[in-house]
Amino acid sequence: MDLSLLWFGIVGFLFIGYFVLDGFDFGVGMALPFLGRDEIDRRVMINTIGPIWDLNETWLIVAGASLFAAFPEWYATLFSGFYLALLLILLALIARGVSFEYRHHRPESRWKSWFDGMIVVGSAVPALLWGVAFANIVQGVALDSNHNYTGTLFDLLNPYALLGGLTTLLLFFTHGVVFVSLRTDGDLRLRSQRLAVRSGIATIVVAASFLLWTNLAHGKPLSWILAGAAAVLLIGSFIANFRAKERGAFTLMAVTIAVAVLSLFAALYPNVMPASNDPANSLTIANASSTPYTLTVMSWTTLIFLPLVLVYQGWTYWVFRKRVTRASIPQPTSTTAS
Amino acid sequence: MNDLLSPLVLSQWQFGLTTIYHFLFVPITIGMATTTAVFQTAWVRTSKAKYLQLTHFFGKLFLINFAMGVVTGIVQEFQFGMNWSTYSRFVGDVFGAPLALEGLLAFFLEATFIGLWIFGWDKLPRGLHLATIWLTAAGTILSAYFIIAANAFMQHPVGFELNKVRGRAELTDIWAVLSNKVALAAFPHTIVASFMVSAALVICVAAWHLARNQHLDTMRPAIKFGMWTMIGAGILTVLTGDQLGLAMVSTQPMKMAAAEALYKTSSGADASFSIFTLGTPDGVNELFSIRIPYLLSFLSTHTLNGTVEGINDLQAEYTSLYGPGNYAPVIWVTYWAFRWMIGLGLLSVIISIVGLWLIRGGRMPKQRWVWRVAVWAFPLPLAAMIVGWIFTEMGRQPWIVFSLLKTKDGVSPNITGLDVLISIVAFTLIYGALAVVEFRLIKRAAQKGPDDVVPLDDTSGRPSDAVTVY
Ligand code: HDD
Ligand code: HEM
Ligand code: HEM
Repeated sequence: MDLSLLWFGIVGFLFIGYFVLDGFDFGVGMALPFLGRDEIDRRVMINTIGPIWDLNETWLIVAGASLFAAFPEWYATLFSGFYLALLLILLALIARGVSFEYRHHRPESRWKSWFDGMIVVGSAVPALLWGVAFANIVQGVALDSNHNYTGTLFDLLNPYALLGGLTTLLLFFTHGVVFVSLRTDGDLRLRSQRLAVRSGIATIVVAASFLLWTNLAHGKPLSWILAGAAAVLLIGSFIANFRAKERGAFTLMAVTIAVAVLSLFAALYPNVMPASNDPANSLTIANASSTPYTLTVMSWTTLIFLPLVLVYQGWTYWVFRKRVTRASIPQPTSTTAS
Repeated sequence: MNDLLSPLVLSQWQFGLTTIYHFLFVPITIGMATTTAVFQTAWVRTSKAKYLQLTHFFGKLFLINFAMGVVTGIVQEFQFGMNWSTYSRFVGDVFGAPLALEGLLAFFLEATFIGLWIFGWDKLPRGLHLATIWLTAAGTILSAYFIIAANAFMQHPVGFELNKVRGRAELTDIWAVLSNKVALAAFPHTIVASFMVSAALVICVAAWHLARNQHLDTMRPAIKFGMWTMIGAGILTVLTGDQLGLAMVSTQPMKMAAAEALYKTSSGADASFSIFTLGTPDGVNELFSIRIPYLLSFLSTHTLNGTVEGINDLQAEYTSLYGPGNYAPVIWVTYWAFRWMIGLGLLSVIISIVGLWLIRGGRMPKQRWVWRVAVWAFPLPLAAMIVGWIFTEMGRQPWIVFSLLKTKDGVSPNITGLDVLISIVAFTLIYGALAVVEFRLIKRAAQKGPDDVVPLDDTSGRPSDAVTVY
């Protein structure tokens, strides 16, 4: 079996895991100003993702490191080429990560609103920029014969890529809002359902046009099918949410994101980073990958440990399956910093 | 001036600064995760309230610190590709594997079980909940192992073959990489040194409260625990450091020569170790020094009459092997970093020994300076670790991967000085601001002391607002 092809799949799987999981906690973060009417609402929302955001984010680290190990050329080209965009993502993730932990350490509302602001921005920026980055990967960028990116930051901000960014932004936003409705109760739950309906319409329109554009420009039969499936799933999620079937809406949304990312990887194949200026400079699965020996080592460890990881992560989600209620939040006056 | 703003020099500064910053939190995380786990184990086994109080108290300090370790770690992972893409292309086939293993085996473990520990007090049975903190601690130690194995490849490349056509190092033996003798020596040295750092934190906090005569029932056991840990870990640090020194001499003799500013190859009594030197900073002219004969020879070879190669001979040897160039690192940095590492570490151990004697049999010294020293000694082991790493990394220069690739050839060719200037300024600002916030939060939480009564509404031992921690 061709191991580099397998690893193209595994890297795809890891990024799908990252987008599906961190996607909804980005969404919860972005929805804070829309759904969090008071401090208690906001604490409820943050506590829905409290135990899991770090493990969700770790998918990015594993995806990035696996890219490094399995496709060093791809990792090197992508990360040095998209330097400033990645810098913005890093700064956002730093601000967001510390805010979850630090906002509850002091009672003053100014202190809290500072960190709330950082959570919102820190969630929106990566949600937007990951879409921009992946759209550019699929579309191709200017590479020299050593596979080094020769464009600038502004070349990355082209209309197609910005539409890609808007797509992930809206997908994650709706995904997060649906998650809030699944994990809370009472008024907050109802309001998030309603918000998910409104943002769902925008998401369907934007995501459908992005997938259409992608496939008109770079489509292959498989990516067409997957994009179609993603569109159907997204509409399914919308209907489920409309009917107040939260679990169904959330599951369908997760599958939508997975299938949409899959369709991007299908459109990319057999390239990993096409050169828009000269196809001869493209990075492909074959010329970007590590040696068969390295891939064999990685395959065995992944085969053994990834299922174990999935089991204990699944168990964590199960432990924290209960809805977070307003009643569980201590009144602000009696708040003892935990 | 132009040179200072080159992508290479700026990237070196950025990597150094961000890594040092990451490493301010790492040893505290490694040490405090284990410390918290030890206190929680004591509580589970004895059901004594004071251990539960200590668990919550030090657990909180641990968590404030942990958040910073995580967010600064992501930067580290990205920087190889962003600033050192040529290096990444060159080593990726070998170096990527330990990093990926670190993520899959260690980071997932840590990130998952820390969430379960924080939020799981009343959702998991006692024993299972205790297991989550131990698994978190195991994750931190495991991650240190993999990152050190990756780093050891840069110090002493093994288990690879050079592919001239592709211009890269290719993995041939993963076990050789994971059991690199430099990694096997550096890993225990780093872990036990981390325990010195957490011990210093425990001592510092406990001393602050004891000086004010408060929380005696929790803080007395804490300070004793801290001091004994410091002494035990200190001894182990010296022993493992000695092994690491042997590994270093056999793999990078230039580093040992640079550590001692030894220009001429010497042996026996001539291979003396200077504890203190006054002289020109480059070590060329010595004005005054306290020297221990034979010690350098002993450190390098474990025999009194072994020969220690000097910088001049090594320079000649490397020139003939690798072509013209300067193969010596910046001598004054390595010379002083090595001494400060050892000196600051030993000072911390001495403080603990004296401290234990002063508080023997329940005594409480009245002099304020005694407690002040204990409080202010906190940064010493942390500083020792940082300068130790500066020694290790600067001592490897001019190589990025020893004998294979020079640092100047590893930098990304397509990033501009302006790009790196923007990122270095951005990181400095955000890291600086967070340092202030984090320091204040830790200080506040530490000075507040343990909650006198932990509301034990059931046997789970959860804090009052555990369901919704944030
Ligand atoms: C509290 C911290 C601390 C203390 C007291 C010591 N060390 Fe250390 N040392 C470290 C913390 C450290 C470190 C920061 O953790 C390093 C950096 C790289 C590494 O693996 O550990 C290190 C590196 C390091 C190296 C360089 C390895 C290399 O570059 O390959 C040597 C030779 C020693 N140590 C030897 C010693 C000796 C002989 C010590 C005592 C007599 C000692 N260390 C005390
Ligand atoms: C906490 C421990 C560490 C500290 C304090 C540290 C510090 C430094 C410093 C000061 C430099 C700049 C050296 C120079 O420019 O002359 C550097 C460079 C570098 N280090 Fe480390 N380092 C640490 C651990 C690591 C680890 C674990 C790795 C790899 C896994 C690593 C990889 C690198 C790389 C790739 C460079 C850039 C190239 C170079 O300048 O040599 N470092 N580090
Ligand atoms: C330059 C190389 C380094 C890289 C690429 C790196 C990468 C990372 C990353 C991505 C994280 C976040 C993990 C999470 O989200 O849970 C992290 C945290 C951590 N790193 Fe590093 N790191 C480096 C240096 C070091 C060194 C030298 C050590 C130990 C000796 C170390 C030990 C740890 C530990 C124990 C954690 C988890 C605890 C914490 O977050 O504070 N790292 N590192």
